[in-house]
Amino acid sequence: MATKQIIHGIYSDEVPLLEGCTKLRAAGIRIKDVFTPFPVHGIDPIVGVPRTRIAICAFIYGITGLSLATLMMWYMMVSDWPNDIGGKPNWNYYSNIPAFIPITFEATVFCAAHGMSLTYLLRCWLVPGAKAKNPDPRTTDDKFMIYLELNDEQSKKADEILRSTGAEEVNYKGTITIEPKY
Amino acid sequence: MHAESQIREPLILGNKTYRNITDDIIAPIEGKANRLWYILFTISVLGFMWGIGCLSYTIGVGIGAWGSNNGVDWAWDITNFVWWIGIGHAGTLISAVLLLFRQKWRMAINRSAEAMTIFAVLCAAIFVTLHTGRPWLDYMLFPLPNQFGSLWPNFNSPLLWDVFAVSTYATVSIVFWYIGLIPDFAMVRDRVVKPRMKKIYALLSFGWGGNVRHWSRFEEVSLVLAGLSTPLVFSVHSIVSFDFATSVVPGWHTTIFPPYFVSGAVFSGFAMVLTLMLIVRKVYKLESYITVKHVEYMNIVIIVTGSIVGVAYLTELFVAWYSGVEWEQYAFLNRATGPMWWSYAAMMTCNVISPQLFWFKKLRTNLVFTFVLSIVVNIGMWFERFVIIVPTLCRTYLPSTWNTYTPTFVDVGIFVGTIGMFFTLFLLYSRTFPVIAQAELKSILKSSGEEHKKAAANHAHH
Repeated sequence: MATKQIIHGIYSDEVPLLEGCTKLRAAGIRIKDVFTPFPVHGIDPIVGVPRTRIAICAFIYGITGLSLATLMMWYMMVSDWPNDIGGKPNWNYYSNIPAFIPITFEATVFCAAHGMSLTYLLRCWLVPGAKAKNPDPRTTDDKFMIYLELNDEQSKKADEILRSTGAEEVNYKGTITIEPKY
Repeated sequence: MHAESQIREPLILGNKTYRNITDDIIAPIEGKANRLWYILFTISVLGFMWGIGCLSYTIGVGIGAWGSNNGVDWAWDITNFVWWIGIGHAGTLISAVLLLFRQKWRMAINRSAEAMTIFAVLCAAIFVTLHTGRPWLDYMLFPLPNQFGSLWPNFNSPLLWDVFAVSTYATVSIVFWYIGLIPDFAMVRDRVVKPRMKKIYALLSFGWGGNVRHWSRFEEVSLVLAGLSTPLVFSVHSIVSFDFATSVVPGWHTTIFPPYFVSGAVFSGFAMVLTLMLIVRKVYKLESYITVKHVEYMNIVIIVTGSIVGVAYLTELFVAWYSGVEWEQYAFLNRATGPMWWSYAAMMTCNVISPQLFWFKKLRTNLVFTFVLSIVVNIGMWFERFVIIVPTLCRTYLPSTWNTYTPTFVDVGIFVGTIGMFFTLFLLYSRTFPVIAQAELKSILKSSGEEHKKAAANHAHH
């Protein structure tokens, strides 16, 4: 069992925030999270967040949509009830492909866009009724916060770094107890 | 940090801080509406009510209440449908295409433009659902298993492509808009003091926190959605044009229709964005964010798309003559000189001649002139769809089927009703939603803010 100190380092600008993050990482301190009012570019590698794979999901959802649309149109127009429209019979899928392109495309976009958006919302747990995830409400306005969970020894070092890089406030928000993982 | 050239004009005027942006964007939400808002809202709701009346009347007695007749079976319904869908396109263009091209000026207008898209598509949806005659059977447009002898919709028909295109477009636009809104709703949630408002915005913001992972996913999702929406927006209006182009009616059966419709859509959409944004910036005092430069950029898009539309009109005439097909030639002769020549003249004046005035810098940076011209363009684009549909159907192959057309009060009522609904929704939106994507705007404050640019310039000199 380890007891850790929760520290909020509040900055009012993104430039010192990035500097603070860089120095903390250089000192070997793990940054639990950073809350910002807008996307700060270049922060991901500093904090150690890998590139999101959500675009790959979108591609897979898109392929799924394409396949579903093809299957649907093949079943309805060719297999289940083939029609002869204007002397252009639907005896096979291949000869009718040009007429099927628009809906194939729309279904691809539909599934890719909605699948990805749904994945995004669930992965970030952005759902109606979810509790606000930012510990300090000012971080959606004009403040930037480094969120740390550290032991006593690291806390002291972190406090120094935060203040020296221009943090406006360093707030101690109590402790949490972390059960060791066996 | 990304530095921007000093040659570029600043996109955020005045000496703004992050806090100022928050204050300015939240002011309409926290504040009370002024008299002007109530006057506009009352007029819009009255128009909307009249529309609902005419709509109910149509459902009650059938579309015989419209001016459409045996020959002219598409008239105001499809004209209005295409007009509204076209208006919607600018929102997607601004938020998706300009995002892909990294145009930062989009950030001040994309939120409202997307709202406009959604409201316009809703208006368009009224006409397509109603023009089928029996709207309670519209579910048959969807590929549902049914008891009519496994009757499936015809996937070879452009009208069905349109169902898929418009419903995909509507839902994807809503999702794109909402995902961008979540961080801004969170800002409102953390700022408002009234407990009930706090509760509502907490629900709307889905628990957004703004940590690194969320922002990184947010940016990726926005980028991919923009990449998906860009071909989507082109496909939607191409497919709308297929409704005409794949038919065998002279004047409709032309290959130029998809690009011509898409550029016309962007043209009319930007005009509507200008109409709305010029009001919004004034009423909500957002002049520092929606600057004259923004208006000028939009006017430049209007010149470009307006010129494409003009070239398309002339190309149509040339191809009709060059094709040697007398049906085609007559169709265009009839549009320009037939009984409805006035609609053709209105279209040519409003769409081809008037946007060319924006070549003068004095005119395209004049807000009053821009406002008037944006309305002129939208009138012109309405007449374009009218010209394509009504005069053409009045004179088809068989002279015995030749006909004329007059709208009834129900046609006019439903159209006015959709305009009322559009403005009702937009006015409600502008008082309850953050009308500018403030999170995005904050991210360009340092590179494109007026004071920051000046500071950077001074720094460079020393």
